[in-house]
Amino acid sequence: MIKVNGRNFEWEKNLTVTKLLQKKNYTFPSIVVQINGKFIPQAQYETALINDGDDVKVIHLTSGG
Amino acid sequence: MNVEKIKAAHKLLAEFKYTPGKLDKGYANKSLYINVSENKIEAKPVTEMMKEKFTGGRGFGLWYLWNAVTPETKWNDPENEIIISPGPVGGITQYPGAGKSLVVSLSPLTGSVMDSNVGGHFGPLLKFSGWDALELQGKAEKDVVIFIDGNAGIIRIEEAPEEALDSHLLVEQLYEIYADTPEDKRNISVVSTGAAAEHILYGMLNFSLYDTRRKAVRLKQAGRGGIGTVLRDKKVKAIVVKFKGVKGNLNNPADFAALAKTGIKMHKEIHAGDDKQCQMRVRGTTYLVKIMNDYDLLPVCNFKYGSHPDGNKIAAPKWIENFNIGKADGCWYGCTLSCSKVICDYELKTGPYKGQKVVTDAPEYETIAGVGSNCGIFDPQFIIEANFYCDTYGVDTISFGTTTAFLMECYENGIINRQITGGLDLRFGNQDAAMELLHQMARGEGFGRIAGLGVRKCKELFVREYGAGAAFLNDIGMEVKGLEYAEYVSKESLVQQGGFGMANKGPQHDEAWLIFMDMVNNQLPTFENKAEALHYFPMFRTWLGLVGLCKLPWNDIVPENNAQTDEPAKIPEHVQNYVDIFNAVTGKNIDKKEMILQSERVYNFQKVFNIKMGFGTREHDKIPYRSVGPVTVEEYESRQDRYDSQLKELLGMETEGKSTEEKLKALREYREAQYEKLVDAVYERRGWTPNGIPKLETLQKLGIDLPEVVEVVQKSL
Ligand code: SF4
Repeated sequence: MIKVNGRNFEWEKNLTVTKLLQKKNYTFPSIVVQINGKFIPQAQYETALINDGDDVKVIHLTSGG
Repeated sequence: MNVEKIKAAHKLLAEFKYTPGKLDKGYANKSLYINVSENKIEAKPVTEMMKEKFTGGRGFGLWYLWNAVTPETKWNDPENEIIISPGPVGGITQYPGAGKSLVVSLSPLTGSVMDSNVGGHFGPLLKFSGWDALELQGKAEKDVVIFIDGNAGIIRIEEAPEEALDSHLLVEQLYEIYADTPEDKRNISVVSTGAAAEHILYGMLNFSLYDTRRKAVRLKQAGRGGIGTVLRDKKVKAIVVKFKGVKGNLNNPADFAALAKTGIKMHKEIHAGDDKQCQMRVRGTTYLVKIMNDYDLLPVCNFKYGSHPDGNKIAAPKWIENFNIGKADGCWYGCTLSCSKVICDYELKTGPYKGQKVVTDAPEYETIAGVGSNCGIFDPQFIIEANFYCDTYGVDTISFGTTTAFLMECYENGIINRQITGGLDLRFGNQDAAMELLHQMARGEGFGRIAGLGVRKCKELFVREYGAGAAFLNDIGMEVKGLEYAEYVSKESLVQQGGFGMANKGPQHDEAWLIFMDMVNNQLPTFENKAEALHYFPMFRTWLGLVGLCKLPWNDIVPENNAQTDEPAKIPEHVQNYVDIFNAVTGKNIDKKEMILQSERVYNFQKVFNIKMGFGTREHDKIPYRSVGPVTVEEYESRQDRYDSQLKELLGMETEGKSTEEKLKALREYREAQYEKLVDAVYERRGWTPNGIPKLETLQKLGIDLPEVVEVVQKSL
């Protein structure tokens, strides 16, 4: 189990940021990703691995509408 | 078009001459008062008190309207006014999104005060003509056109019997009449509505601009709350302003260099960032359709659901195919975000103009979701056609979409039937029926007249005339205060429910759109956090309407390093830009805190205005349950996993073996109680009583404790 924005989410092996975004259907273009407080640049989404128990933040940068 | 004949029929009713002056640091320091009952035109001073307490734009509109009406005044009394004001920053060309006008009036839908913001060139040209605001009062005996010549210093009220009513024709005719040469058309802007505004309560206003590259008139809309209906009730066909000589320094800003510097920084940011972010320059606000569909926020079938497999049929790529891209698409000079898209050579398929080819403004997100997905319709061609006709007939696309969706659900539930609708088969997805409803509104016929009353009055009518159950209609009728909901599903965001419910004018998202911060990012876990967001963001957004700015360049593009700032959701660099350009224009020295105070004054004043008109207390912030949670079994079961797990996590309820009805009831009790807690927290944060009335100390602290304001509050405490 991992936390995504403070809520539980099922972990799986080889979970990358890209995969997580796909699973959550997070398609908004302006997001910031942190794993355990560490900022992950967009270029590393494909490779950055998320481990079981990690605290992930996917912050959508808008107050939109 | 026989312009000579139309012109020859004009009869001069009143003329007023004035000496056009220069603006002083963003203000003309006068406003224009026109009374069409008495054919009176006069100049009024804009006082230091007005600038101090109300700043401009919506603030000026509210102040003038407050002084014009009594608690007994109805929207269709001659005393009601329409006030148009661009704000002190309005009309600058250095910073994107600086051409907005704010319109204020008593609303036919809510009975209380309404504000609506709009692009187009009217506001800036009005100001350059020497007026911070236009205050229109009275009712003409026969149809009139008001003409303001900002160079010659002449204002006329002219009887105008021959012009068309529908905006795409009327505005073309007026450009022909008032432009001296084809080149002169760029100096003109027209405020108008259309034929439907005579028959419905949500008539809107079109504000024009002349698109020199496409050689066509374009129309932007002050959509919300029925102010077009008020204009037609006053028998004003149009207001025309003409001003030649727009330049970048006409506001006579206090610090031109600072203004230019801030503008250049922002243009560079858009140039570098837009392609990687929202692609507003190519897609306009249509990019939101896919996002909303992906996040279960796109209203489908009267807000029952938040997504649909056909959502991609009305997403941005389908629109880009139709857009005429590559020209300047800003709704005022200098807007490099240029989201205002155009469709050329569109051949109309229905209605009185069937077969004609038109240049039409492209539908924006709200229209696509309103007349499209929310009515179960996923056909871009229908949406273009409905958008064109709404614009030319003077119909607010949001109220039309939300009302039609409500009627479709009533129809599918047997509350209304073909006999009542006059043969219209108003099931979800029936685009022919929806289009016919729209044409009926313009003709003032049939069920179109009923639909034109809006959701609240339709509910009352169906209960009264057809024995419908009020409880179900109140659950599914998406209105608060009498205004129809804007097009976002708020079920999973308590904060957004509050953003809609507690908005001064009714459920429009221009006060607060907090769904991502709340539902997705989970950044507002406590009631204190939620209340703080529902304090700051409505105040910040109100400010844009005080000074004449567009909201989109605030957060539909963000600086590259925004994520690393302390409060990314506020876009701190852009807020600082706004402080800087306000100071650069006006010569004042506000900071981010004073900016919010400026808004708080006006926001609280508007709240007290609602109370003065007999509204504004807690009961008026009640919201329909459809905006809070699932009303029906089918809605619950469509998202059963989500709701079941919430019942388990939040209430510790064992859902196994429970009927959907039992679960619906438990969820409803929980969510409704949460909403009430939120209301308590927000009122407290805003300095209001538990009944939603601003406390005297709040008014004093903000410096908006004018005797007449205090009197209203004291009576209701
Ligand atoms: S961002 Fe769009 S709506 Fe706003 S001023 Fe620019 S063109 Fe107009």
